[in-house]
Amino acid sequence: MRFYRLLLLLYPTSFRRDYGAEMTADFARRRHESSGALASLLLWFDTGFDVLRNAAAAHWDMLRQDLRYTRRTLARSPGFTLTAILVTAIGIGANTAAFTVADFVLLRPLPFPEPHTLIRLCWGPRSGGGWGCMNQLSPANYRDYKSMTASFQSLGAFTGIAVNLVEAGGDPQRLSGATVTSEVLPLFGVAPVLGRVFDSTGGGSADASAVVISYGLWQSQFGGDPRALGRGVNLNGTPYQVIGVMPPGFYFPSRDAQLWTHLVLREEDYANRDNNYLDAVGRLEPGVTMDRARADLNVVAERLARDYPETNADAGFSFFAMRDNMSPRYRLMLLGLCGATLCILLLTCANLANLLLARAGARERELAVRAALGAGRERLVRQIVTESMTLALAGGALGVALAAAAVPLLALLVPSTLPVASQPSLDLRVLALALAIATLTGLGFGLLPAIRLGGRTGLSALREGVGAGGGQKQRLRNVLVGVEVGLSVVLLISAGLLIRAVWRIQSVDPGFVHESVMTMKTALPRPKYDVTQRRLQFYNRVLTDVRALPGVQSAAYLTGLPMVMTGRVTGVVIPGREVTTRFRDDIASIRFVTPHYFRTMGIPLHRGRDVEDGDIQGRTPVAVVSESFARQFWPNEDPIGRTFESRGGPRTVVGIVGDVKVRGLERDNEPQLYASAGQVPDTAFINDDPKDLVIRYTGSVGALLPAVRGIVRAADPEQPISDVRTMDDVVAGETATRRAQLRVLGALAAIALLLSGVGIYGLLAYTVSQRSREIGVRLALGAEPASVARMIVSQGMKLALVGLVPGVLVAYWAAHGMRALLFGIDPADPATILGAVALVFVMTLAGALVPAMRAVRVNPMQALRAD
Amino acid sequence: MAYSRSDVEALLPLPLATFHILIALAQEDRHGYAIMLDVARRTDGELRLSAGTLYRSIQRMLEQGLLTEISERPAPELDDERRRYYRITPFGAAAARAETQRMAKLVRMARVEGLSPGRA
Repeated sequence: MRFYRLLLLLYPTSFRRDYGAEMTADFARRRHESSGALASLLLWFDTGFDVLRNAAAAHWDMLRQDLRYTRRTLARSPGFTLTAILVTAIGIGANTAAFTVADFVLLRPLPFPEPHTLIRLCWGPRSGGGWGCMNQLSPANYRDYKSMTASFQSLGAFTGIAVNLVEAGGDPQRLSGATVTSEVLPLFGVAPVLGRVFDSTGGGSADASAVVISYGLWQSQFGGDPRALGRGVNLNGTPYQVIGVMPPGFYFPSRDAQLWTHLVLREEDYANRDNNYLDAVGRLEPGVTMDRARADLNVVAERLARDYPETNADAGFSFFAMRDNMSPRYRLMLLGLCGATLCILLLTCANLANLLLARAGARERELAVRAALGAGRERLVRQIVTESMTLALAGGALGVALAAAAVPLLALLVPSTLPVASQPSLDLRVLALALAIATLTGLGFGLLPAIRLGGRTGLSALREGVGAGGGQKQRLRNVLVGVEVGLSVVLLISAGLLIRAVWRIQSVDPGFVHESVMTMKTALPRPKYDVTQRRLQFYNRVLTDVRALPGVQSAAYLTGLPMVMTGRVTGVVIPGREVTTRFRDDIASIRFVTPHYFRTMGIPLHRGRDVEDGDIQGRTPVAVVSESFARQFWPNEDPIGRTFESRGGPRTVVGIVGDVKVRGLERDNEPQLYASAGQVPDTAFINDDPKDLVIRYTGSVGALLPAVRGIVRAADPEQPISDVRTMDDVVAGETATRRAQLRVLGALAAIALLLSGVGIYGLLAYTVSQRSREIGVRLALGAEPASVARMIVSQGMKLALVGLVPGVLVAYWAAHGMRALLFGIDPADPATILGAVALVFVMTLAGALVPAMRAVRVNPMQALRAD
Repeated sequence: MAYSRSDVEALLPLPLATFHILIALAQEDRHGYAIMLDVARRTDGELRLSAGTLYRSIQRMLEQGLLTEISERPAPELDDERRRYYRITPFGAAAARAETQRMAKLVRMARVEGLSPGRA
């Protein structure tokens, strides 16, 4: 019998209460009548099935009834319904969007089989350093690390390339990709959708002129035609043959890679241990941990340091999981964003709870009537929870739609250094999370008022009338509004600090005048332009014609734009001084420039002269250096006329210019060194070639661009133009990610302020309606209307104060956590905190205004007569 | 309780269990278990209402006003205090009558089309 009673627990409580005893009696009788083990077994089987079926049906009946009732009551108060759904949608939408991006960038495994065993290996200082690749490996060091370690199942090398793709009849295109050793593509465990990847047999010398293309390039260039396989393409003037197409979603080494050529290392490539241009990528042996592999690599590094002290003495490696190849700033930004959305969620929950509490207060009488008519407490709680769940789920659905719309806006927060798509998609995990949040919100904040109500569903509520607000409930609502204010203070201060950080970054002097400078890239391909003289002819022809265009003030070519080309450093040796190691201070960033570069970019020439047309091969190699360069290498001396060595040759200083933030506004910069484009050695690595054209202009850039394109086409019809942009864009790009984060955070802070304002308004309005009798009496007894208004406003201010203090403390703690993002702004920045506090007070005043006016207008006679 | 024709029609067709319960209570007040036995007897054991189906139907019929619970109890020596006794209401009787009529009409219609049982 006990088991039968347990089974009955599956029915809704009210049903069990009404019919449980009778059903138990029936069952006892039937059991008594059935004789024999088989009959008894059949009875149990029959009964179990009956209970399961009918209990589910009874619950479903009740739910249907509750839903019908909910639909009617919600339709009766559309304002409440709409507000509640919207508030929930904001909370759930913001969290779904933030979690989608954070999950995509920080948590989700990379889209390759066994992604946790994929690693990257580069060269770096022995003492460790920042994130990612510090420097590249030379082929000789790569070969030694590969052959002397046992931790890797596979290790391959690659280096990024950019090639000109010329198709007959089409405009030449500039494409990014990588040249990879035969190990690289197979180690990802991703098969090509078409054809094959590079052949590793024969010492890797096969497939020297083969190219594997990305799915995107296959679609755009070949229209997805399977016959693309085996087709010839012209890359940098050299014929290649397409041998394979990688699947969609395969991004390596970065998102913009569209093709891969075969990197074949020959014996002569291993000769110079100082020629660093390779990155390595690999897969760990099964069971080998990162730490064990690192220890393994350390042994090799030490041995190389002993064997080749002149190049490897102070050098080590940077070794990290492929998953971690991103700036820690992204992690911090995303965590900050998640923190902010969590604040919003809590705030919306508090808001929702407040709305439901207020509503429950207003409906106390109705529910008391229902209770008096025989509805049990469980029935009423169930009804209230059904209502809040309906609201939460509707809000959740709307929230997911909001998130789907918001995620593309967050794409800038996905680092381009990860081999993943630029935009996450909402997936099942995220939808499950949204559903969980919605359920919790609905249950949690529905139960709260339900439980409070359940306790007083007696006749007392009927008798007391509408004016009876429990003091306890009022306190709870005060606390909730305080929490709302506190959370909005946290968001306001965080957003404020980040705004100040962006301002400060934007006010950093980049060292050049970025207004009215247009730039574009014309990378001259090898072998067509393999001698400096030929390249110089091209530059001179283009520059002469461009300078003659109306509106052009000045134009020049250089190796790489500041803030775009952030690397490219060289060691500097001063003759007669002790040689120090290469990861210390004797490093400068190097660029090869044509004459007029400094004038074009507005970089001040402090002393000496600019690079001149006569600075060509065969003449004394010259250098223009930045102030910090001069200060560092010749403190208190005149650097003009001094010589130093870099990139294998001596150079004489002829001029001193201002410093430029070559690595970006937020980063430390090496001293800068500029050499003449006419003196690039013929044997120099292609990366040294000047390829960026900079033009200072007056008037509109729109008219200029076609003319410049025409000039380049006239100089070489096969030469593509890429990366057309202004220096304004480049500088703005420096803060783009931050501004994207800030826009989101700012919007969240504004929403928070609005919601807590609404919260204060709602509570004060409720108070005024509750206390209208008391206010009436006061007014009738001659109280000044102003004092009544003051009373309401001061109640609002008290609410705000309750939230302000903890809010400021939490904000300070949060700001400490994101210090790395603050660019030197103090987490306790008084201006920001005062600003946030002032905003909260303004919001409180605004929220209190209408209730205060309503209080003043209370008609004493009416208030006393009512109820 | 006042009811209109449309109230009755809104309930039609009655679920099978509901109709049987109304028939079982047409002449006599009964408790749940007695209804179950009566239905089984009347249908020669073809229809056995399970406890869950029976009491869920009763609950709904009480809400709809087809039945009412009565406080009159049998003599104490015959009574089981766990039992609750149900009586058909005038509304319930009207509903049963309307359902009978609906079915009779249906049967008539089928007969006209030559669908009488026992004919080829």
